[in-house]
This record gives sequence, C-alpha cells and structure tokens, in this order.
Amino acid sequence: MDLTWYLSLSAVLFTIGVLGVLLRRNVIVVFLSIELMLNAVNLTLVAFSQAFGDVDGQILVFFVMSVAAAEAAVGLAIVIAMFRNKLTINVDELRLFRG
Amino acid sequence: MADLPGLLSLVIFLPAVGALLVAFLKSVDAVRWASLAVTGATFVLSLGLWLGFDPAVSTAEAPQLATRLPWFGSVDISYFVGIDGLNLLLILLTTLLGPIIVLSSWTYIGKAHRGYYALMLLLETGVLGVFAAFDVFLFYIFFELTLIPMVFIIGIWGGEDRVYAAIKFVIYTLVGSLLMLVGVLWLGFEAGDAVNGGVFTTDWYKLVQFGMPLGLQYAMFGLFALAFAIKVPLFPLHTWLPDAHTQAPTGGSVVLAGVLLKMGTYGLLRFVVPFFPNASAELAMPIAILAVVGIVYGALVAFAQTDVKKLVAYSSVSHLGFVVLGVFAFDTIAVQGSLIQMVNHGLSTGALFLIIGMMYERRHTRAMADYGGIAKTVPVLTFFMLFSVFASAGLPGLNGFVGEFMILIGSWNSPTVGNPLLVAVATTGVIFAAVYLLWMVYRTFFGEVTNEANTTMKDLNGREIGLLVPLAALMLLLGFWPSPFLAQSERAVRSLLETSELKAAAVESAAADEVVVVPVAWPDEVALTPPPAPAPDAAH
Amino acid sequence: MELLVRLILLPPILVAAFNGMMGLFSPAYRKQEWLLGGLALAAVAVPFAVTCMLFFGFEGAEVVRYFTWLQAGDLRVDFAYRIDELSLLMTMIVTGVGSLIHLYSIGYMHGDSGYWRFFAYLNLFIFAMLNLVLAESLPVLFLGWEGVGLCSYLLIGFWYTDLKNSAAANKAFIVNRVGDFAFLLAMFIIFKTVVDAQGGVFGLDFATILRPETLALFAGPTGFWVTVLLLIGATGKSAQIPLFVWLPDAMAGPTPVSALIHAATMVTSGLYLLARLSPLVLNSGALWIIATVGAVTAIMAATVAITQNDIKKVLAYSTVSQLGYMFLAAGVGAFFVAIFHVMTHAFFKACLFLGSGSVIHSMHHVEHELEHKGLIPSHHGGHGTPHDSEAEQNTLRHSPLPYDGPFDAQDMRTMGGLRKFMPFTAITFGISTLAIAGFPLLSGFFSKDEILFRVFEFGQSAHIGYMALWVVGLITAVLTAIYMTRAYLLTFEGSPRWPDAMDTHPHESPWTMTVPLVVLAILATVGGFLGLPAVFGENASWIHGWLVGHGDHLGPVADSLDPLWSAVSPYELEHHVSHGVEWALLGLGAAIALVGIGAAVFFFRFGKRGPEADRKARKVFGLFYTPASHVWGWDQFYNATFVKGTVEGARKVFAPFDKNVVDGGVMGLAGLVRGAAGRLRGLQTGVVQTYALAIVVGVVAVVALVLFV
Repeated sequence: MDLTWYLSLSAVLFTIGVLGVLLRRNVIVVFLSIELMLNAVNLTLVAFSQAFGDVDGQILVFFVMSVAAAEAAVGLAIVIAMFRNKLTINVDELRLFRG
Repeated sequence: MADLPGLLSLVIFLPAVGALLVAFLKSVDAVRWASLAVTGATFVLSLGLWLGFDPAVSTAEAPQLATRLPWFGSVDISYFVGIDGLNLLLILLTTLLGPIIVLSSWTYIGKAHRGYYALMLLLETGVLGVFAAFDVFLFYIFFELTLIPMVFIIGIWGGEDRVYAAIKFVIYTLVGSLLMLVGVLWLGFEAGDAVNGGVFTTDWYKLVQFGMPLGLQYAMFGLFALAFAIKVPLFPLHTWLPDAHTQAPTGGSVVLAGVLLKMGTYGLLRFVVPFFPNASAELAMPIAILAVVGIVYGALVAFAQTDVKKLVAYSSVSHLGFVVLGVFAFDTIAVQGSLIQMVNHGLSTGALFLIIGMMYERRHTRAMADYGGIAKTVPVLTFFMLFSVFASAGLPGLNGFVGEFMILIGSWNSPTVGNPLLVAVATTGVIFAAVYLLWMVYRTFFGEVTNEANTTMKDLNGREIGLLVPLAALMLLLGFWPSPFLAQSERAVRSLLETSELKAAAVESAAADEVVVVPVAWPDEVALTPPPAPAPDAAH
Repeated sequence: MELLVRLILLPPILVAAFNGMMGLFSPAYRKQEWLLGGLALAAVAVPFAVTCMLFFGFEGAEVVRYFTWLQAGDLRVDFAYRIDELSLLMTMIVTGVGSLIHLYSIGYMHGDSGYWRFFAYLNLFIFAMLNLVLAESLPVLFLGWEGVGLCSYLLIGFWYTDLKNSAAANKAFIVNRVGDFAFLLAMFIIFKTVVDAQGGVFGLDFATILRPETLALFAGPTGFWVTVLLLIGATGKSAQIPLFVWLPDAMAGPTPVSALIHAATMVTSGLYLLARLSPLVLNSGALWIIATVGAVTAIMAATVAITQNDIKKVLAYSTVSQLGYMFLAAGVGAFFVAIFHVMTHAFFKACLFLGSGSVIHSMHHVEHELEHKGLIPSHHGGHGTPHDSEAEQNTLRHSPLPYDGPFDAQDMRTMGGLRKFMPFTAITFGISTLAIAGFPLLSGFFSKDEILFRVFEFGQSAHIGYMALWVVGLITAVLTAIYMTRAYLLTFEGSPRWPDAMDTHPHESPWTMTVPLVVLAILATVGGFLGLPAVFGENASWIHGWLVGHGDHLGPVADSLDPLWSAVSPYELEHHVSHGVEWALLGLGAAIALVGIGAAVFFFRFGKRGPEADRKARKVFGLFYTPASHVWGWDQFYNATFVKGTVEGARKVFAPFDKNVVDGGVMGLAGLVRGAAGRLRGLQTGVVQTYALAIVVGVVAVVALVLFV
C-alpha cells in the first residue's frame, strides 16, 4: 500500500493535536491532544517500519507508549493537585509564571 | 630541605574537612572549639611551609612543596599547587588570620553558629587554594569558591543592610570573574595551539612561556585585569567594598580586608604581569593613574565618613592603591614593597576591623558620634587602636612604612610609572592617611566621655587581648626587621620581572601576529644580593 | 663600640616598653611613682654617661652596623649608627638636657593619673631622638624623625580629656607630615640620582651621599630641589615659615614636654638634618632660601611673642624665632654656628620652659586654693586646661581677675611678684632671660652674635642682599630682649595680681624641679665660652674646631668660608672682615641687648606697670600690635584654605561624588538591567499555550529553513 495515505493521516492527526494544544483551555483536553500528537508520530513510525522492513521503528513505538503512559500519570496527578489548590483546570487561569 | 609534597594540600584542605566536621556538631561550644582547633592546626602546619621553603630556588626551577595531579584526561588541566616567594607570605597570613577570626567571632556571632564557622573554614580553603594554585583553571575555581561563603557570611550574619551588600558584592565580583573565565578558556585554547601541541592548557608554566601577539595580549589583559581590579578594588570599581565591609560581621570584614582583597593584587602580579608583559607595561601608566587617584580619593572620602567601619573600608581603597602602583612599577623594590604591603595591610587593617568589632560588640553602633572620650574607659582597647592606626598610617618602625616606602621609592625609579608628579601625588597619601585616621581617633577616643552609655564600657578581656597581641607583635616585627620576610620573595620577584622583560622583548621583536615561545630561562646565576662589607671608614 | 651604642639606644626603648606595658595592665604599678620615674631617669642617664665616655675619649668617626632593615633590589638600608663629632654633640644635648627634664618631671607630674604614660612616652621620645641624631642613613634618620613626631603627638595630646589638646596634637602631627612628605620626596630623588649614576646597592647612607663624587651629582638643579625639599621637611619639624603653626598649639602638652621636645631637642632636628648634609646643602644654590626663611621667621615670631599673655606662648614664639636665627645661620653656610645656637638655646630655653613650668605648677596651687575658698568657680576639666563652656565663661566675667575669662594658671596677667615666693625659679629664669636676650658674656650673647657676624661677613663676601637679612637679625635681637624682659617682669616683679593675693601664696617647687633649673642656668651662663668669636684667637672657638675641623682635620660640618672646605664651598674664601669691625660688631650686639632690656625695664617700670603697659603698647603700635597678636593671620589663612578645602572638599565634593556618581553609576547600570528586564518580562505571559505556540512557530520556521533555504 502506498505510504502516502498513512503519512497523510498522521499529518492530519498531528495537526489536530497541535491545534488542540494551542486552542483548548481545558487541561484534560490539552492532554488528550498531546496524546493525539504522540499517536500520530507512532503511526508514522509504524508505517515506515513496515515500509522499510526494519523493526527499529516499532520498538521505538513501545518506548513512546510507555513514556506517554508515565507522562499521563504524572501529568494527571499534577492536574489533580492544581485543581485542589485552584479549583479550576482552565489554563488561562493558571498563570503563576507570569513575569 | 625535607620534601613534603602533601603538606601544602593538607594545609589547603584541612579547613574544608573541618567545615564538614563542624557542620555535624551539635553544641555551640563544640563548634567553636573545633573551628579553633582546625584553624590552629592549619596555622601550625603552614609554618612547615615556611621551614620547607628555600628562598634561593627561583620559581622557574619549580614551585616548592608542589603537587601536580592530572585532572581532566583530555585537556591539560591539573591540580597543581605549590609555594614560591610570591605566595608564601600570603598563605601564612591567611592561616594566621584563621584562628584569629574564629576567636574574634566567639561571642560576636549570635545565631546559626554551625553555618558560620563551617563557611569560614570553607572560605579559608578557598583563599589558600587561590594563593597556592599554579594552574589558572584551578585558580579560577578557588577564586569563585571564596565568593559563595563570603556572600552568605555577609548576607546572614551581617548588619541591617546585609542582603543589599551581599548581592552587590556577589554581582560586582561575578561580572569580573566570569569575564575572567572567558579569558581563561580563550587563553587555554590559544596557548594549547601555540605551545602545547594543540591540547588546551592552563598550566602556569606553559602560559608564561607563551609569548602571544600584542592584540591578544591587550584583549586578555582587559579580561583578567578587570576581574582583579574589581577584587582589589581599584578606583572607580570600589563601591562594593564599603557596603560589604560595613555590613559584614567582624570576622567577615577581617577576612575580606585581610586576604580577599589581596587575591586581586596577587592575581595581577602572578598572572597579568608575566602572562601579558607588553600589555602590562603599555597600560601600566593608566592603571597607575587610577591607583594614585584611588590613594588620594579613598583617603578624602574616608575623611568624610561618620561610620567608623566605612572609614576603614575607604582607607583600604587608599592603601591598596599603593599596592597596585607597586605591582605595575616593574621594579624589584616596588614589587617587593607591594608584596610586603599586602601582608602589612592584612595585619593592620585586619586589626582595625577586629578592634572596631570589639567596640561594636560593646555598644552596638558604628557611628563615631556615639563614642567620644572612650580612651578613659577602655585604655587597653585604645592602646591597640592607636598602635594599629599608626601602623596603618605608615609610621616608620611599624609595618606600614616598609611597604609604602619601598613602593614609592621603587615607583620613582620605575621604567613604567616613574613619573615624579605621579609618585609625588601618591606620596601625599601619607599626609591624608594621618588626617583621616587621627581624625577618627580624635572623635572616637579623646575628649570627655559625653555619652552615658560609654561610661560603663568594658575594657578588653583576655581572649581579645590574646588575638590582638600576635597582630601587634607582627606589625612591630615587620616594621623593624622585615628583611627575613623580604628575603623570602627576593628571588621570586626578580625572576618574575626578568622573565617578563625577556618575554616582552621577544614579543616586541617578533612580527605582528607571530607567536613566540619564550622558554622559561630565568637567569639562574642571579644570586641573592651579597651583603656589602661594612665600610671600615665611613667618615671621610 | 657596638656595645656602647647599644647602651645608648636600648635603655630608653626597653624602659619605655616596660613602663608602658606594666602601666597599661597593672594599675598597682601606676602608683609606684618613684620606681617608674627612677627607671625612666636611669634610661636617659645611662646613655648620657656612655655618651660622655665616648665624647671625652673620641678618636675619630665610626659607624656601627647592626642588622638590615630594608632590602630589595638596589636598596639596602641597615640599622647603622654614626658616632662622630656632630652626632656626639647632639646626643650629649639630648641625653643631658633629657636627664635633667626627666628629673624635673618626677616632681612636676607627681600625682597625675597618667604618670606611667608620661614617662613611657618620654623615654620613647628619647629613643626616637637618638635614632635621629645617630642615624647613618636617611631612612633611619626618618625613623627617628617620625618617631619624635609620634611622641610629640602623644605628649601634646597627653591630657586627652580636653579635646583642644587632642586637636593641637593632630595639628602637630599632620603639619609635620606635610614636611615629611617633602622629606620622602628628597630621599626618592637622592636614591634615583645616585643609583642611576653609580649603580650598585645603595642605602641612602651618609657615607655614600657625602662622598665627593656623589656630591658632584648634586651640584646642579638636582641638588637645589633636594635641598628645597629637605628644607620643607626641616621647616615642618623645626617650626619655620610656612609650617610653624603647630608649635604654639603644641604648648597644650605638659610643660616638661615643651621644654624637652618643643624647645631643646626635637625642633632642632631640622637644623641637624641640614647640618648633617651641609656639604650638599652648601653647594645647592638654595642657601638664600634657607636664610630668608630663617630671617623672616625670626622677626615674625618675635613680633608675635611681644603680644602674648600666656607665658608658654611667649616661650613658644620665642623658640620659633630662635630657630629662625639658626636657619639664618645655616643659610649663610655657618652650620656649626647654627648647631652652637642649638646648644645654647637648649640650655636657656629648657631652663625658661622649666621655670615657667615651676611657675605654672605653683599657680595651680593658687588656683586650687582660690577654688577652695570659693573665690573662683572650680572646674572639672583636665590638668590646667579650664573648661570653656559658655555658661561658665559668663560667670567668670565677674571674677576679680585683671582680664575677662576664666582663671588661667599660665596667664602672666594673673602673676606678678613671684620672685618673693619662688626665689630659685626667679633667679634661674632671670639668668636665662638675660642669656637669650644676649646679655654680654652669657651663652646667648656669643651664639647670637656669631650668627649675626657670619651673616654680615657672608653679606660682604658672597652677596650684598644678605646685609638686609643682617638688619632683620639685628631688629629681631632687640625684639628678643624686649619680649623676654617683659615676660620676666610680668611674672616675677611688681606686685601679685591674682585674687586674694594677701592670703593666698604660691610656693617654691620641690628639689627635683629646682635642681635641673639651677644646672641649666649654670650651663646657660657658661655655655657660650665653647664658641668664642675669632677675635679671641685663631682657634678660640672650640665648637668650630670640633665640628668644622682645624689644621688638616676635617669635621663633619661644612663651612662656607672655611678654607678647609674649599673643595665643597662655592664661595670665596678670604675673610673680608677685619678684627676691628668684628670688635665693633660685638659691641653693637652687646649694645642692642642692653638697649632692648633697658627699654623693656623702663616701659614696665621694672614690673610696677603690669598689663596696663601692654594696653598702652597696643594703643601706640596698634597697626603692628593687633595683627601680630593674631599671629599675622597664618592660622586663619590655613584654616580658610587647606583645612577648609580638605574638610569641605571631602564632605561636599568627594563623598557625594562617590555616592552619586561612582556608586550611582553602578546602581544606574543595575537599574538599566532592571528596566530592560521590566520590558522583557511582558513576554513571559504565564499562559502555557503561548509558549506552545512559540514552539510550534519555531519548529515550523526551522523546518521551513531546512527545506527551502
């Protein structure tokens, strides 16, 4: 099958993810968007791996997945902690680092 | 002489080990006594350096009692420490001030004892390392190591504006030293290419041989001299000093005046002059003018102070102007004078700060107006104060005169700064020193006791007398019999100046961008001056 | 010899250290007055004895070397001491007069709480002074030079509870430092000149400096500048114009100090320096400056002395004036005469000061008695220095004193008629007054006459301009006779002027104080015979032969008109003045002294007229009297220029400059960084998505760059 389709899908998913990260205000949704970007990359990796007959790409996908899981765990923990303190998970209202 | 290669490293790191030990002690008394024991032991061990040092061997042949261990595999940076005529006295001054500072802090420090003493000990290691290092990179690390404890000492145990003073101190000196780091790295690469087969090097001996083109010399001179000029401090880079001195606790002031400032003048002499002799000679005059302006200016501003500690701080600006003048005179007498003056200033200004600290401990004020007439209530304190004041004012027979006289007479003869007008203006420093110091004594010690609080002021106790007596004794000894001390550095200074001249001449005669390698051919046949036979008939 | 010089130098310093340290730490020891004073006296008497031994067994100049002081490069200064005619004579004066004054002080300082300090300082002074006169090199001489300055500072400010005393001490030290500054520069020039020309190791030692080939280096402008700088140094220590202003204030110290330091020894060290380097000075072309400074100082100070009421101030200005005479002598190349006058002056002026001390001592008893009787308000100030708070001054305006102000034990206007109560003091003071006035055959007559004669002779043979200085010298001699006679009459003759004089009597001082007076008075009487004028024979002047040399023996002191020194002296050698003229000049000197004394005696009606005579003089000579009584405005001038300039400059220019410009620049830089940061902080919104957008834009830009560029 043509590699182009996979890559196009991946690009579309990635763009959706980027826009989600940039535009949405809910931290959880931002998280989901990040996962979407990661999975778009995973898709690319698997597609190339298949196309070139090299398993390195698939191995990398496992790494990405495990890191993503860890990141989600830590990230959600932070979100919960923030919610407890600020009673909001709207990124616009979380601006402690404003200069 | 017995070769004890480990002794110097032991002296350097013993205080740091002591700092670790002190940090884990529980009771305040244990902390004090442990610090005293560690600094005392360091001092005793450092006397071994004096005994092991042979003044007849010039720096060129080797630093003495040296240790050289490779540090980074791929580049030529090593742990390289040693003793020569330039640093011996300064190392001894540092170790001598160690126990004195601990004793002076005994009751002065009222909180967080462990931290204070641990930092003091760490600071001592830093300063000793600075003086002993024969590797520029190592020097830089120790140079910065002194900064951190000092900042905390000022910032935690200081006076009311301590945080301001501490931040000013750290930023001011960091600006200089970071530029110096750039210089160290740049110089290391250039020297590596030129004299070390392409391997980055910061070895002092290799850098001395590296006769770099003039343009590079000027750039390097700027980077290094700025850092040291801030540390000295040279006019107009001095304004961190009065703040730091005024706010620092007594021990901090003593170590600051006694040895930290000398890192600047020592750096100029150890690195700037021999590394960049052409630039140093060319720029000696502007630097000397700044130094002389500093002498007069520091004295005049000191005279206008109402805070006794600030007055002494500005007097340091004035006194160190003499030292810088001497360093850039390229004359044996003047450089020797500068070296001895570094020690002298450490002793006499150190003593002044100690005494002011003792006054502060009793009355909790530094304003001269709050005293007046206390000569009557505290005669012993007054005696030590007058003694230190006259040492500081350069009275012959006490130490200050020896250095100033040699610096001035050497500068008068100097090929670089020997302008009669300049040296004459510098000499007016002896008048001004008397003016502001005697004014301070007049306002603080003489007259009737007008302030009720001063009538019950207690005179010095045994501990305080005990820590002032060694300083006073040394001031007298250095005033009347400085020749054993001068003899320690004679050979080193001479060879330093001769090498610098040799290198300067080689660079001078080389083509514009050519790198010259000047082998360290310090003339070995230069012997110590033989004493002239006593003139049998001196009359006619 | 080594041991003997040690015996001269070490006792004073060891005893000073012992008395000082024991006194400082042991209050019990402070009370042992006899032990303290005895030790101190011995520490001067032993060197005196040793010096006498060396003096009478003198066989030739010798240099004793101990250890090296400074050594670096071409500089090597040893602690070396020179025993020769000049240094021995000076050492005799210092230790001899010093011993007498130590003895005197044992009585004078009795009961003072600072007794121990006083003797420690005094011994330290002797040590420094001995270093000064015995030194073989300029740096060691400078050690003594500044050392005596230190002791002078400590002793002027001895009664430190009165700030006026401390201020006077500061003034003395700082003014002297100005001179020392010039001295240092002179040393630098000498060092450079000699090292450049001759090479080798040089320690500014006299043996090298005074070698003919070295002296040749100083024949031109170098020598001129060296001499001028040394002269400035000497004017500081020896209280000449322009640096004399500290000496009158220095009278704030205890009277024995005034006698020893500020009359007999320390203030002559400038002269000693010039005499020691006389071959250099003689050839420098700067002689006329020295002579002019001396003559102008002499007459200026003499006019001031006439107007003073404080007995010590009279003596102080008299000292300045007499030192002017000595400089005048040095300025005509007659250094030995200057030293001769140093010696005779040491005798009669020390006697006068000690006499005044004796008077002040007893007037203090009068003061205490009057306070006790409630006739004058008591004060709690220091020893002899009344409080001057305004309220107190106002009450005192109604006191029954012959002038406004508080009772002052030093003011001659409260004295009068003391001869009856203090016969020894009066007689010795009187003899010394006659001596300083130049009464024939007393010591001052010979030395002063020799100075005037030498000025006259030099005017004849070298430059006619010196004749003007000679006239100035003659006028000064008249003035000297007048003011000293006035001081004597106001103090000792006439009738007492203090309140309640019928029942309140002063007493003669104890023997420790009168014995030195008598000894000094005897010396003041006979001392002049050591320097008989040439009319009495070729070698009549012992001191000339001793210092300058005779036959083919060359002494240490150069003489402009002596054939022995023709190698050095640029002046013609023949004596232009015949014996007849010399006799006439001797007669003139005697006449002038007698006229001066007579005039004063007549004017004060042998003491019957007291301060009213001064008021009359003020009326008649107002044009001169008033400025003279204000010391011709020197102090005001210095205060308005240098003192005010330094103080105001430091406070109003330099300190604000440091705060605002230098530190302000640094803080401005810090502010600049802060300001820039303030602008840049807007970028840091704190919104995570802004950062994410920045990353995306960055990635896109990088990718675009990689793909399309």
